[in-house]
Amino acid sequence: MVVFTMRLLKLLPLIMLLGVSAQAQSPIYGVGRTPTAEEIRAWDIAISPTGEELPEGSGTADRGSQLYLEKGCAGCHGTTGEGGLAPRLVKRDVGVREDPWDYGRILPIRSPYATTVWDFINRAMPLNAEGTLTPDEVYSITAYLLYLNDVIEDDLMVLDEESLPKIEMPNRDNWAQVPDWFPGQPRLEGYPY
Amino acid sequence: MGSKKSDRREFLKSGAALASGMALGAATKSASGQLEGPEAFIQGTDELVGYGKRSRFVTSERIAHGGRPSPDAFGLDFHIAAPLQDSVGVITPSSLHYVGTTRGAYVPDIDPEKHRLMIHGMVDRPLVFTMDELKRLPSVTRLHFIECAGNRANRRHTTVQETHGMTSCAEWTGVLLSTLLEEAGVREGGDWIVVEGVEEVKGASSIPMTKAMDDCLLCYGMNGEAVRPQQGFPLRLIAPGFEGIFNTKWVRRIKVVDQYYMTYNDFGHLNQDPVSAALGYQIGPKSVITYPSGGQQLPGPGFYEVSGLAWSGGGAVSRVEVSTDGGQTWVDADIRGTAHPMAHTRFSFEWTWDGTPCELQSRCTDEIGQLQPSRAQASEFFNQSGRQSRVRGQDNSIQPWRIESDGSVHNAIA
Repeated sequence: MVVFTMRLLKLLPLIMLLGVSAQAQSPIYGVGRTPTAEEIRAWDIAISPTGEELPEGSGTADRGSQLYLEKGCAGCHGTTGEGGLAPRLVKRDVGVREDPWDYGRILPIRSPYATTVWDFINRAMPLNAEGTLTPDEVYSITAYLLYLNDVIEDDLMVLDEESLPKIEMPNRDNWAQVPDWFPGQPRLEGYPY
Repeated sequence: MGSKKSDRREFLKSGAALASGMALGAATKSASGQLEGPEAFIQGTDELVGYGKRSRFVTSERIAHGGRPSPDAFGLDFHIAAPLQDSVGVITPSSLHYVGTTRGAYVPDIDPEKHRLMIHGMVDRPLVFTMDELKRLPSVTRLHFIECAGNRANRRHTTVQETHGMTSCAEWTGVLLSTLLEEAGVREGGDWIVVEGVEEVKGASSIPMTKAMDDCLLCYGMNGEAVRPQQGFPLRLIAPGFEGIFNTKWVRRIKVVDQYYMTYNDFGHLNQDPVSAALGYQIGPKSVITYPSGGQQLPGPGFYEVSGLAWSGGGAVSRVEVSTDGGQTWVDADIRGTAHPMAHTRFSFEWTWDGTPCELQSRCTDEIGQLQPSRAQASEFFNQSGRQSRVRGQDNSIQPWRIESDGSVHNAIA
């Protein structure tokens, strides 16, 4: 099994490369149209852990604390990031723990990357007005949530497209990647179930 | 010739009898001693001519799963479980198909004329498709189950709807994702895709290119008609055998990328333990007896066809076994119909109940040799202690049903 997987891993880039070069010149069906660069920019809200797609802008936790009230975050998530109808945003009150997973499944503390926090606020919040926050506002609210969870300690620290991906989240390397997936492969090697 | 003539005579006669019965009214006793017709008739309406309805005597319904209200205070649908105890065959009717949404989501009301799909990122030719354009491309129709990561039975559950209702199986029709990705031309290094929906949280999951190119489907059809809004109308991704969350609804955008994107969906299912991560990705081999199951009542000793569903994210189900003695001995069940890859498969077992208390179980094996474990076997493998220890990753453990001497059926998870 190990040998088989290794061989597939080595072959796969080759197979995919061949597939690409064979079709690089001509699509098979010619159905669909080419989007403009502007369309792609407007549609593309996915932010990678390395942050290439982050827009220009900046913010601070200090500014974010005001926006948290002004934009209605507090109404659903509670003024202190807990006790609202919507999911809790501040780590569980369990004291200082060695393993950050003990703080609960709370985005701005458990997420291995600060980019995920930025991405989700940008795409999904506030409820009923999603996508209305400016990049500066998203940087500020992200900074505030990181500040509330003691990920950053300076409420005047400037978060922008350069500094945000560099934030060392406590779980940066403390999570399990899903296994490489190939067709017909068991879930877990050596596990009969 | 002669026999045809006599058939026609029979038809004329029965037609006349039916007509006179209707004229006299359904409640009239038959003076001739013939069997009576139905007690009542369903009034034909324009609505029923247009779109049929099930009998008023059939009341099988979905329920909110996991004790959370659905819809909730925000009007959001969370998790809704299918009534597997009433299921026959392998298709879940679209109206009864389970529903799961990420942290709750509104069901978008999408005009398919205005809906667009964009494929972009690490491709040679970014493309935008209308729904009509997608329907011009070569299509496939396949049976596939979907199962929620939260489909986890516990001892407080009383029915199979509570223990296993977060899975369903439908016939899906659409375009292979590989067709679209080849049309766009994936660039070297494009090892992942991010598939995103239209709903307010714009749910998106990272899916490996190996899976995307193997068997993922972008579906506009479900059970012979358009995909239902709760299931992602007008366009849903089916990632066969992967956990439910990967089957993105209301798909609007597919981005080819070079890395695992750690989207909010990915974050929500994140594991700290590599074993749980591996076992909570592709669904394991799993089965459950739907009749007799928890909350049902056997009228007494005698013959019963024990029936259930089996499925696996690893491929087609190759074998199903049933035990009537709590897992001590196993006998092969019959697979009814064809076992399709990553699809619910109906099994049955001819059984004569002698009226003594017993415990029914089922287990399946899939085509790549994975076997459905008991809770004890799964725990033992990892040297976990305690009978109630949590099954790691997706719970695919064996479901026991206890039948008491009075014929009542109960969840037997200890």
